Amino acid sequence: MAETPREKALPASGTGKPGGGDAEPASLGAAGRGAAGRGAAVRGPAGRGAALGWARDALRWDTVVGALLVVLLLCSFSMVDNFGNALNLSFLIGNTLPIALIALPMTMLVVSGEIDLSVGSTAGLSGAVMGHLWNQGMAIETIIPLCVLLGLACGLVNGLLVTRLGLPSLAVTIGTLAAYRGIAQIVLGSNSVTDFPQQYLNFASDRIGGTFIPQAAVPWAVLLVIAVVVLHATPVGRSLFAVGASQEAARFAGIRVKRLKLSMFMATGTISALTGVFWALHYASARYDNATGLELSVIAAVLLGGIDFDGGKGTLGGAVAGVFLLGALQNVMSLVNVSAQSQTVVTGVLLVISVLAPRVARQVGRARARRKAAGPQPPAALAATT
Amino acid sequence: MTMTAEPTPATAPEAPSTTGVLDRVLKVRELAIAAVLVLMLTATQLDNSAFLSQQGIKDLLLNATILVLVAVGQAVVVITRNVDLSVGSVLGISAFAAGDLLHGGGNPVLAVLVAVALGAAFGVVNGLLVSLGQVPALVVTLGTLYIIRGLDSIWIGSRQITAADLPSGFTTFGHDGLGVVPYLALLTAVVLVAAAYFLRSYRSGRDLYALGSSPEAARLAGVPVRKRILGAYIVCGALAGLAGALYLARFGNVDSGTGNGYELTVVSAVVVGGVAFTGGSGSVYGAALGALLLTSINSVLPSIGVSSVWVQAIDGVLLLLAIAVDRVVALRVAGLLRKRAAQTRSAHHG
Repeated sequence: MAETPREKALPASGTGKPGGGDAEPASLGAAGRGAAGRGAAVRGPAGRGAALGWARDALRWDTVVGALLVVLLLCSFSMVDNFGNALNLSFLIGNTLPIALIALPMTMLVVSGEIDLSVGSTAGLSGAVMGHLWNQGMAIETIIPLCVLLGLACGLVNGLLVTRLGLPSLAVTIGTLAAYRGIAQIVLGSNSVTDFPQQYLNFASDRIGGTFIPQAAVPWAVLLVIAVVVLHATPVGRSLFAVGASQEAARFAGIRVKRLKLSMFMATGTISALTGVFWALHYASARYDNATGLELSVIAAVLLGGIDFDGGKGTLGGAVAGVFLLGALQNVMSLVNVSAQSQTVVTGVLLVISVLAPRVARQVGRARARRKAAGPQPPAALAATT
Repeated sequence: MTMTAEPTPATAPEAPSTTGVLDRVLKVRELAIAAVLVLMLTATQLDNSAFLSQQGIKDLLLNATILVLVAVGQAVVVITRNVDLSVGSVLGISAFAAGDLLHGGGNPVLAVLVAVALGAAFGVVNGLLVSLGQVPALVVTLGTLYIIRGLDSIWIGSRQITAADLPSGFTTFGHDGLGVVPYLALLTAVVLVAAAYFLRSYRSGRDLYALGSSPEAARLAGVPVRKRILGAYIVCGALAGLAGALYLARFGNVDSGTGNGYELTVVSAVVVGGVAFTGGSGSVYGAALGALLLTSINSVLPSIGVSSVWVQAIDGVLLLLAIAVDRVVALRVAGLLRKRAAQTRSAHHG
């Protein structure tokens, strides 16, 4: 994903967030590329800085994840039996789609410095309500919009609690995670509903013609395009980055922070409910415990894609690459008979590396810059950078 | 909230009114949970007189012990403005480690120590990643949640430990007690009091509050931030390990799914108990009360005839209520303090 570096449009982003949870000194708390940029500036002539800038862009974490995905796909096509056939690829995409769907609004939410852990429960609730209403004999054409509206309401509740009461989103959405799942359990009990209309079940599981692409991937692609445009090419997207970098500064710059965050929570709720509908149709089963634990997969994928948990950083390309990297990795590991348990370990290790690697790289880069700067200049420069 | 961060109580006389208000509110916070708990139990007792029988009280305490232990450890970490999501996985793997040892004819005391040591070891890993790597605790411990759960499943496979594999003395320890108070609850109470005393009266304990309130200020004041965070994670891990051993003693049944999803219950208990995610406030007593409240609800609902499908929804709503009330009270107190400060200032000038 080509994206203009954030600090060009937002010079203030380098300042630490007020009350941010980082134990680092303020200069270290600055956004990664900002800090690296200063490091490069110290090194000297502008021409060399630009060259380094190009190298730095290529080494950005989301590019690295994208490259890893490409390498993984190439290796799998050539070395793993049965990976390349259309059926397996459609399974891969179909099973990854729920995560890919929710990852779109989740990326925007995390960029703005908030998080939503209730997405899995919202999806479960929407599936449960869909099953219940279907059992009541309502038409599916009415049920699906109702479920989506329900998701909007779920997101509205999260958003109001976070923006109007000023509560931390992590605590709020842990609460609604339990609450929404509980309501799903109340609605559907231990029943499972499987007899949805065949044409809808087919839509959720069939492929386009003879290709490997599931039909449901088309609406996802449309949503992806909308999300990319909104996040990376509109004032709304720029505002999200600004809010994530420094909420206070964004407010003073005239951005309606609360309204923006509220609408992001509502978008996340809506898409989660849509995912719940897709989940119930794709696996042809609506149960109250559908999509349990999905929130952790989504967040793992989004963070793996280089979206900074502290807000203000990341690209949708990185997030999507992260989603499909995890999905493809799991698919490949199943094909070569790696147990599901080992797959969990790999997911965890990848997640830890994804947050650790950029920071370690930054530290190394800064140490090197410091050493170079210390050469020609008196120790004062050294003191300034520490 | 920053008031609790003062390392020495000796500074209190300088501003008696402000500390007084805040102290009272913090105490009231714990009293409020206790009141809700007592009210709920009394109401249930009136409705169903068999509820608080000897066995009933024992069950309430037994159900709470494990969650209380893990919640105390979690509270210590949350006070430093971090979080440990891997506690469920640590509990599971420690429980199995202890069970495996006992199954092979090991000494029960040794088994408990092994569980604690294993937990502490995972605490070291988490603590090092968070303090040295300086990465967000939520992400890292989400990663170790997966990693430890995966290792656990690989190691255990489809095996499971049942009560029959354990020495009878160990399972008796898990069920019996002095009168209505089970041994496990006594052990938990000892841990709880020790943790509370440490946080309240030791310099390193006060440091945890200081760095939770403002990491930057704590660092400038000479608090060894990394060492303290590492310490908090080790305590949390060790307590999760101990909880694993007690889980084994209580239920006698451990497989690769043990403790799955436990992290969210623990975090709920801690937050309901008034330990704020923003760090630097709350106490382990609050966390323990929160845990007791959550587990009691699970026993109360069935005994007053409410279907168990309601339990989860009520847990969630309770958590939301707790944090919302906290927030409103905090805003009120802040307003009160501002007014007082304005009054004192005008009094000085006048």
